[in-house]
Amino acid sequence: MDYTILLLAIPFLMFLIIGLLGYKMTPKFSGLLGSAGLAVVTALAYYTAYRYFFTEFGQAADGARETIVMFNYTWLDLSNASRPDLMIQIGMLLDPISVMMLVVITTVSMMVHIYSMGYMHGEEGFQRYYAVLSLFTFAMLGLVVATNIFQMYIFWELVGVSSFLLISFYFTKPSAVRAAKKAFIVTRFADMFFLIGILILSYYTKTFDFLKLTAVDPEAQHATLVFSTMGGKMFMGLSVTSIALLLIFLGGAGKSAMFPFHIWLPDAMEGPTPASALIHAATMVVAGVFLVARLFPVYFFEAPDVLHIIAYIGGFTSLFAAIIACTQTDIKRVLAFSTISQIAYMMVALGVSGFGGHDGLGFTASMWHLFTHAMFKATLFMAAGCIIHAVHSNEMDAMGGLRHYMKKTYYTFGIACFAIAGIFPLSGFFSKDEILVAAFEADKILYFCQTFVAGLTAFYMFRLFFRIFFYNEPKFEHTPHEAPANMWVPLCILSVFTIFSGWFPFSKWISTDLIGYDIHTVWPIAIGSTVVALIGIGTAYVLYYKKNDIPDRIANTCKSFYTWASHRFYIDEVYLFITNKIIFGGICAAIAWFDRHIIDGFMDLLGWTTNTVSEETKEIQSGSVQQYAWVFIMGVITIVTLALYL
Amino acid sequence: MDIIKEFYSGFSIMNQEVSLVLVLVFVLLADLFCGEKGKKYLQLLAIAAFALNVVYGFTLKVDSTYQDSFAGMYVTSDMHILVKNILNVGTLLVFFFAHYWNEHENRSQSGEFYFLMLSTLLGMYLMISSGNFLLFYIGLETASIPMAAMVAFNKKAHESAEAAAKYILTAAFSSGVMLFGISLIYGTYGTLYYNEAANAFLAEPLQIMAMIFFMAGMGFKISLVPFHLWTADTYQGAPTPVTAYLSVMSKGAAVFSFLYILITVFRNYAETWQNILWWIIVVTITVGNLFAIRQKNLKRFLAFSSISQAGYILLGVIAGTPQGMAATVFYIFIYLFTNLAAFGIISNIENQTGKVGMDDYNGLYSTNPKLAVIMMLAMFSLGGIPFFAGFFSKFFIFLAATQKEMYLLVFIALLNTIISLFYYLLVVKAMFIKESTNPIKPIKSDAMSVIGLAICTIGMIVLGFISPIYEYMSSISFGI
Repeated sequence: MDYTILLLAIPFLMFLIIGLLGYKMTPKFSGLLGSAGLAVVTALAYYTAYRYFFTEFGQAADGARETIVMFNYTWLDLSNASRPDLMIQIGMLLDPISVMMLVVITTVSMMVHIYSMGYMHGEEGFQRYYAVLSLFTFAMLGLVVATNIFQMYIFWELVGVSSFLLISFYFTKPSAVRAAKKAFIVTRFADMFFLIGILILSYYTKTFDFLKLTAVDPEAQHATLVFSTMGGKMFMGLSVTSIALLLIFLGGAGKSAMFPFHIWLPDAMEGPTPASALIHAATMVVAGVFLVARLFPVYFFEAPDVLHIIAYIGGFTSLFAAIIACTQTDIKRVLAFSTISQIAYMMVALGVSGFGGHDGLGFTASMWHLFTHAMFKATLFMAAGCIIHAVHSNEMDAMGGLRHYMKKTYYTFGIACFAIAGIFPLSGFFSKDEILVAAFEADKILYFCQTFVAGLTAFYMFRLFFRIFFYNEPKFEHTPHEAPANMWVPLCILSVFTIFSGWFPFSKWISTDLIGYDIHTVWPIAIGSTVVALIGIGTAYVLYYKKNDIPDRIANTCKSFYTWASHRFYIDEVYLFITNKIIFGGICAAIAWFDRHIIDGFMDLLGWTTNTVSEETKEIQSGSVQQYAWVFIMGVITIVTLALYL
Repeated sequence: MDIIKEFYSGFSIMNQEVSLVLVLVFVLLADLFCGEKGKKYLQLLAIAAFALNVVYGFTLKVDSTYQDSFAGMYVTSDMHILVKNILNVGTLLVFFFAHYWNEHENRSQSGEFYFLMLSTLLGMYLMISSGNFLLFYIGLETASIPMAAMVAFNKKAHESAEAAAKYILTAAFSSGVMLFGISLIYGTYGTLYYNEAANAFLAEPLQIMAMIFFMAGMGFKISLVPFHLWTADTYQGAPTPVTAYLSVMSKGAAVFSFLYILITVFRNYAETWQNILWWIIVVTITVGNLFAIRQKNLKRFLAFSSISQAGYILLGVIAGTPQGMAATVFYIFIYLFTNLAAFGIISNIENQTGKVGMDDYNGLYSTNPKLAVIMMLAMFSLGGIPFFAGFFSKFFIFLAATQKEMYLLVFIALLNTIISLFYYLLVVKAMFIKESTNPIKPIKSDAMSVIGLAICTIGMIVLGFISPIYEYMSSISFGI
């Protein structure tokens, strides 16, 4: 155990200090304290990443990257002779993806900490906000460095809780409370599958440990020995392994807002915008992707069918969310659907990935996209925060022509839009391109689908861009102004990442078998996706650069589809119907009746009987000693009689 | 010479009894010679002397697991020593609670109080450690007769005298029944020594009858249904510290010696006494609960509660296994702290206001929050709510019975815990929820009561969590 424990200890300590003593601090001090603590954590995370990727520390003997367990404390020992490895541990695992996640989380969290000092200035509950941010950072870091799936689950729930707390930050607003409840319930619902999956998996493999689960047996090309006991066990036509892994994926789908669990994410935008940038754009929502990546060898070798399902769910979700994003008018909601769509991209990449060397391109691309997406999506959210800060509204109608007033926001938002649209040489171009290459090699349908989504992405992002910064100026209540320095500085830092992170040699660092390899741009695909993106941008330019009636006419020509999409395909209503009408109205009503009349009735009967018998027999206790003696001796005689003759 | 030496060497394992007799004689003499001025210090002196005895008890240990002296008349083991230590702790707590009452109500006789109580304790020691029915009977009477005097301690109070009369009459009656059983044992087994009687197994009805008559006598001491009728009247009429003593110490000593005799002398009739106990437990728990529901006087209420608790304790006895013994002793240990906490509060309030009715406790929380919270803890612990000590003791006792596969019995007992929860919560409801126009005024407890209540409270909260206690009990317990 060395300094790495501080990565978890400091945020947790900050949470305790600010959470418990925050009411005694000035808001500013609590913000500075939280940021200072996180600055140390960020420095440590960068140092760890440097050591891991650039020094001997992360190099294994055979040229691959090492998987290092820094410490592993046994928390609950469930082992016995037949299952020597079954124990729940809390530890820290460093491997390429967890180290990368450390960098992503601390970077974005750091920027959000700084940014929030400006954005949240003067809010009631400022200290609480910082306390929960620290809690979230702690939980997210604990999640990515988990050494075993149970530790991951513990922190998984903890990020869910902190997400709940942040969404409901403005808890006097009913809509925020509803959104927080929705997010919590939907993700908890999915987590139930996750837990069942964990239990099935550990029941058969007799371990929670990631290292044991994912250790690859190079000769048999069979993930690992722990799965031999599961071989051939079937349940409802699927192998037990597949069921377990599918259930685990469903947990990930809940957190990562995959269809059909995506409904909570758009509503989660009720939270403060910087929190959305951190939690609902850059880090927590990619936990599902991270989970699949963490268990990737298991998925690939033991349940390739599930991996196909993941790819197709990802493909469908990305298309579905991109279409909805084109119709939304609340800028944070557009970004939320964009997030869903982009995370689905990562899922697609994992779903089509192979294993080993260049075959594992999808895996690398997914992680790469996770990284670049975190940067440009955080930029977009923070820029959106600046805009909301300036015009006091989330609606596009309140915006337009803002480029004159908010230069810095304009440029950073523009850079991020080009990055997400996948324009060379910004980061999004590279990561998205590799995903498309991987999809092209594995599955043509997904390739065309994802290319089309890339065009849609460019379209709706530039729709947003033109609507906000060009278009016709509405009547502002007061002249919009640029955000303060503590808001635009983090924006600029993140946009630097947005520009350059595409040039990182990711394939050298992150690969399925931990051995670096070379990737090269496949020009036909790159050009194809760029052309599609440019078409998207062009369309957006035609429609939204200036006010005109073409958008309305288009919306009118396919009116039903447009309404359908702008109401998010009524998925929320389907859920409401199922919960309210079928579950509450049908099943719950019956159960409630049973409870009220049968269970309660039985209990009332018990109570009534007890009471009556007690009332009727109280005469026995008469106070007369003669009678006591009589009962005594009759009792003895009765017992003797019964004992001797029965 | 050798014979004399051998005779006196028998005392060498009777450390606790010898030490207690010393304290007893010391208290008696001190009371005699201290004079009027010295009375002031007599109580403290008695408590201090007894506390030394308590501490001394914990230093004892026998080398081998089982020892006897006087040709098997007296037996001891680590478990015997532990049970006596538990009784010591309980008695000390009762002394704490009785201090104020002695000081204010019967100052001139406080020496007698200690002397009588220690005499009954000596009798219990002998009950526990006897290896012969005669010694057992002597111990039983040594425990009973001073007890009757103590029940009547409030000489001027009519109901105290009534309680004592009922107690002594029923006790004499039950002793008669038990002596009849013992004489049958002598007649059919040909011996009164436990270890010899155990081998004289004839499987004839007369032996079973002897056993049942003996059990009836024990049933009186433990207040099992149908031998329980004296309990409520005596508990209500006796001075509260005496009631507390009766409900815990008297019961605990009787249960352990009962268990010991069942698994040694009557081990060959295990099936028979298990069948009998099965029914007695069911009836005891249920009747105790049914009657407890209606009580308005807290002392009477706790009397029925203690009847039902006795039924639970017997769940460990009926198992007859080492686990059963460990669970039984653990239950007694926890029950001691819990019940004494309840009685401590009742006596505290009764001393200062004279109120013992359930309705008097309405709104207690608003005037005496600390007392109300401790009372609540005691009620929760008696009801077996997790994670107070009472939960763990119930858990182990159910576990012991379950291991003997008495599922139906455990199920009935579990059902009864629900009923018991109802009336325990009635007290909590009265204290916390009901409002009163005339609540008990804020009470300033005396120092001794505070010490006693603090010990009980800590015991109720932490004892269940300190696993070495149960592990130690389970390491020294034995069974059939």
